Amino acid sequence: MNGILYGNKIKAAGLIAGLLIALIIMVLSVVLGYTNTSLKQAIEAYTAFNGSNEHLIIQLSRVPRSLVGMAVGISLGIAGVLMQALTRNPIASPDIFGVNAGAGFFIVFGVTFLGISSIQQFMWIGFLGAAVAAGLAYALGSAGQGGLTPVKLTLAGAVMAALFASLTQGMLVTNEKALDEVLFWLAGSVEGRKLSMLAAVLPALVIAWVISLLLSRQLNAFALGEDVAISLGQKTVVFKLAAALMVIILAGGSVAIAGPISFIGIVVPHFARYLVGNDHRWIVPYSAVIGGIMLVMADIGARYIIMPEEAPVGVVTALIGTPFFIYIVRKGIFQK
Amino acid sequence: MRKYWVLQRKSFSFLIDKKTTVSIIALTFAAIVAMLISIGVGDMYIAPWDVFQALMGTGLDINQLIITEFRLPRVLVAFIAGSSLALSGAILQGIIRNPLASPDMIGITGGAGFAAVAFLTMFSDDSNNLLLSINYLPLFAFGGATIVAFLIYALAWKDGVTPIRLILIGIGLMALLQALTTLMMLIGPIYRASQATIWLTGTVYGTSWNEVKALLPWFLGILPILVLLVRRLNIQGFGDDLTKGAGISVHRERFLLLMVCTALAGSAVAFAGAMGFVGLIGPHIARRISGSSFGGLLPASALIGGIMVVLADLAGRTLFSPLEVPAGVFTAAIGAPYFIYLLFKNQ
Repeated sequence: MNGILYGNKIKAAGLIAGLLIALIIMVLSVVLGYTNTSLKQAIEAYTAFNGSNEHLIIQLSRVPRSLVGMAVGISLGIAGVLMQALTRNPIASPDIFGVNAGAGFFIVFGVTFLGISSIQQFMWIGFLGAAVAAGLAYALGSAGQGGLTPVKLTLAGAVMAALFASLTQGMLVTNEKALDEVLFWLAGSVEGRKLSMLAAVLPALVIAWVISLLLSRQLNAFALGEDVAISLGQKTVVFKLAAALMVIILAGGSVAIAGPISFIGIVVPHFARYLVGNDHRWIVPYSAVIGGIMLVMADIGARYIIMPEEAPVGVVTALIGTPFFIYIVRKGIFQK
Repeated sequence: MRKYWVLQRKSFSFLIDKKTTVSIIALTFAAIVAMLISIGVGDMYIAPWDVFQALMGTGLDINQLIITEFRLPRVLVAFIAGSSLALSGAILQGIIRNPLASPDMIGITGGAGFAAVAFLTMFSDDSNNLLLSINYLPLFAFGGATIVAFLIYALAWKDGVTPIRLILIGIGLMALLQALTTLMMLIGPIYRASQATIWLTGTVYGTSWNEVKALLPWFLGILPILVLLVRRLNIQGFGDDLTKGAGISVHRERFLLLMVCTALAGSAVAFAGAMGFVGLIGPHIARRISGSSFGGLLPASALIGGIMVVLADLAGRTLFSPLEVPAGVFTAAIGAPYFIYLLFKNQ
């Protein structure tokens, strides 16, 4: 199946163009918003800092959220590709692995019973929750004979996600104070995140990006089916474990920093496939770039939709992403 | 021992799967027990035998009143809503051939939710009074579900509708509707937002015979259609080419089945709120109990979905009493452990 970009040179050129667009979007994200700032001010905030309101906003709010948005978008895009390959299901996403629901449950549990309240604490507990839920889903999916099969993983993950979501809801219904404290987190946002938070998870994310790129060849083999992959010399058990681990780090890290943002993981791989076809060596980097662009763009949109308030970035991703998504589903590789 | 009972006469012949038949009888029994318990337990406990007497019309007056006026309609609505959602999920998983398909996933529930929240926020004035009677809410919800179903079908249509396009478009619309719903709750009055949250979770609180009367005809009307469609649903599982080869008009059938799903899920959601999880996992539990042939799968799904919501409502009424927790909170808490057990056992 081919995408609309043919040939490796054109695909490489497309990727470079994508990176440029990502850079431009990030600059726009620093400049645009409720407080008017210019590109000159943005540069001066770092070269000739004068303590003005604009400079403070750029340094403490705009630049962090732009970087956080890019990192989270890249991670979610890649996690989506891995998840869809692992479950062989085009509608799978990291949510299906229970990542978001697990993080949500641990955070609400922490707020209700352990009295945590700072966003830093949310981050670590959230990551722990994501890892526990996904780990349980993986263990459950691979129990019994035959090991981990796509269908078993899908169902085990969906059940874990629903179970944790339901427990979370139960706690929230009986404890309204907790609801107030976590509601902003549950909506998903990259606003108000400090650079130090990103710095804490970025090394892990970057390593996972690199490993995912290295895994992309294996994804192609795995996509042909378990038997073919084995006969091509793939150690499928190791591969599945590695891919699942990457999903946990990427999606878990994302949900820890930015809260649950669900749309990107499902749709970004489809955008990438529309552009470059079915070769995962291209799908992975394209998904990374598209995911980053989409999330930062959505974050810019979030500042304008109900100004002066901010809309949750997850809402805006869906608002701007859906029309394109419907277009490519109609145009794209599912012609038959 | 043979696997089937053979029922053969001049004009017809049936193979009746023994295991499926036995499990459906057991499930029916379980459903009746669950309903009797749910009717009996509450702020005032009524013993199962007294419940039975009251249902027969020979019980104490006070029991009679509590049961026929309050508890029975509520339990019936819970059961019918659960059955409808699980049936709808089972059919969708069949026509889309994807284990993740369910009315929540493709936006049918989302359409109902959006319409309901729009109704709550747009028709309330500055002092939080509704301008229209709340009785119109189900109508809006059902309308929302139907419009979305047509929209999915229209957008997925391109020389016919393929299952994969259907579900991808559905997911896109679901995300869009959820986003719009959240946005509307953010800009609407706070008071309505909490009411909307309860509705979106799914609850059968405060149902009366009116709801039963409105819901039951849909349910009973659709059942005979399903009986006719069951055989052809089985064939659809083999793929479009084989289905065509068997002489079935794939697209007409798919449209018809999608409409059946919409009617089932839409009517359930209209009266019981956007209850999640039942439509997804009900059919999977059923598949592990009664096999994946639709003849057994559909009745088993309906019974399991019904039991799940009845028990979820029971938990919601009693666990945190006097606080009423929406049944939708507990559907997963009740269904998931059982499904996990089945996942382990069947391997």
